[in-house]
Amino acid sequence: MSNVTIAVRDTNRNARIKRTVIKTLEYLALLLACFIALLPIWSSFTTSFKTAEEYATTSAMTLPQNWLNFGNYVQVWTEGEMLRAFLTSASVVVVVVTVSVMMGSMLAYVLNRFRFPGNGLIRNMFMIATLIPGIAMQVTTYQIMKDLGFLNSIFGYMVLMSGTDVISIYIFLQYFENLDGALDESAVLEGCTYFGVFFRILLPLTKPAIITVAVLKGVGVYNEYYNANLYLQSNSWRTISTALYSFSGPFKSSYNIICAGVLLTLIPSLIVFLIFQKQVYAGLASGSVKG
Amino acid sequence: MSIARTVQPDLRRKRVNWQKVLVIVLFAFVPMFLLLLFTYVPFAKMIQFSFYNMSYTKNKGFVGLDNYLKIFTKSEYVDAMLLSLYYMAGAVVQLALALFFASILSLERIRGAGICKAILFFPFLVNGIAIGYIFKYFYTRGFVLDSVLQAVGIPLESLPYWLRDQSVNNWSLVFTSLWKYCGQNMVLFIGAIASIDPTLYEAATIDGANRWQQFKAIILPGIKTVFMLNLILSITGSLSAFEPAYVVGSMGANGTATFFIKIHQMAHVSQKVGQACAMAMVLMALILLFTALQRLFFRYVMKDSENTFNAKANKAKALW
Repeated sequence: MSNVTIAVRDTNRNARIKRTVIKTLEYLALLLACFIALLPIWSSFTTSFKTAEEYATTSAMTLPQNWLNFGNYVQVWTEGEMLRAFLTSASVVVVVVTVSVMMGSMLAYVLNRFRFPGNGLIRNMFMIATLIPGIAMQVTTYQIMKDLGFLNSIFGYMVLMSGTDVISIYIFLQYFENLDGALDESAVLEGCTYFGVFFRILLPLTKPAIITVAVLKGVGVYNEYYNANLYLQSNSWRTISTALYSFSGPFKSSYNIICAGVLLTLIPSLIVFLIFQKQVYAGLASGSVKG
Repeated sequence: MSIARTVQPDLRRKRVNWQKVLVIVLFAFVPMFLLLLFTYVPFAKMIQFSFYNMSYTKNKGFVGLDNYLKIFTKSEYVDAMLLSLYYMAGAVVQLALALFFASILSLERIRGAGICKAILFFPFLVNGIAIGYIFKYFYTRGFVLDSVLQAVGIPLESLPYWLRDQSVNNWSLVFTSLWKYCGQNMVLFIGAIASIDPTLYEAATIDGANRWQQFKAIILPGIKTVFMLNLILSITGSLSAFEPAYVVGSMGANGTATFFIKIHQMAHVSQKVGQACAMAMVLMALILLFTALQRLFFRYVMKDSENTFNAKANKAKALW
């Protein structure tokens, strides 16, 4: 009898020890992962506060002597013309996000609420477009942009960036799917036009979808660099990405200054992420269903 | 799964309603125009150009399949294609890690799980050019990575030049991609795990199943669809990998030029647009081939999941 109790106690204890060991290992794995995720950004952060002399003489991992040395930030901000780049990027983001939200919601409204010949065709054309890897078509897209006179034109870049974004249309379609049709039906019976139904009744109701699309698209456009480098080569229309790209010229290997520029570009993304964390996570999930 | 089912039936009218026609035309015109302009027209032109010897300004005539033959006979192109194997290996590791951390964060009570998730995810939101600088600095001789490794006791002399040494530099670049996308995959897995009915775990615990058995029997089947989509996206992403080589590897220097970098250089540096289009066609064919193969694999090899997968795929299709 007593032997059995001891055996049970022993297995309980062993199980507890095993749990503790596993739990500790899990925490260690997570800590290591977070360390690796943060280390590259952290080292840029500390380096951005170092003076030129400090940067040349100390190791990359030593902390700066003066955490309030904002000299590099001032230099990169003025010499790198970052204010101008921020304003350019901000206007691109505002225009592209507005156009995408309007286009996505309007098309989703029409596709979801009306039955008309071509409804299925439009849906299929968008679905097939997701199968064609966009990256493969950069070469001929460049030719079209050239023919349209959109090289070095901020307007052309905005049009290209607002071009068909299947994910936002998809998010809106999903949303309209769950909005009761009786709502707009009764509004129409009371004499409201379809435009009125869309702009006054449905659009305000899709606010959560609008936020998701705006955040995802906004961050995507803000971070876009391939097309910006290709189509906005003149100095007058530098976005944050192209401005940052050009730093390797004047600042060469003065990484203490470049790191300050890198950190400045991270701030808007960080703020948006902290405010809209939930929408970012949710938007990714709905985007991935598309495959 | 007909399209009609997703249209609200009560809005149907028998006679032509001109206001309705106006709404449809006005609301659908711009997106359709842009879809044609930036997807279907470039696609058609890509097919056409791939048979010509031409630049952006001059067309030197029809050359048939010459552009295609060059791709498979010149070793530099084949080598560039083989580079994607590094990225595929990286993608597999990335998915495994993402799944591991996703299950820890969702199944265990971890203090600070939200912060952890945010920290691992944030690299996904970092500007690509910024990533380029961050990692050039990170990998520079004697800088961040080397300092950390020296602190652990590895002498600097035994360390390679991470971005220059051709035996490691592609792995260094693959790591930057893993650093950026692992957290994003993890967030997707966490979302999928959260949608599994929690009573299943309770039932399994009562039946005496351990964590690993629960993972195998409940989580894996539950997230199969998301896992498969992620796998397809990562593998096709590996085929067209260019970001790390473009921003960190200084445009594919030192043998890091992936196939897409080659396309980019062919079109914008050498100005051989016809050749670049043929390469893009091959890239696209490979991507479609891999996608189809993976779908077949999941449908026939993993037969037990067939029903759940098809049901979900149909549901996704119905939305269209």
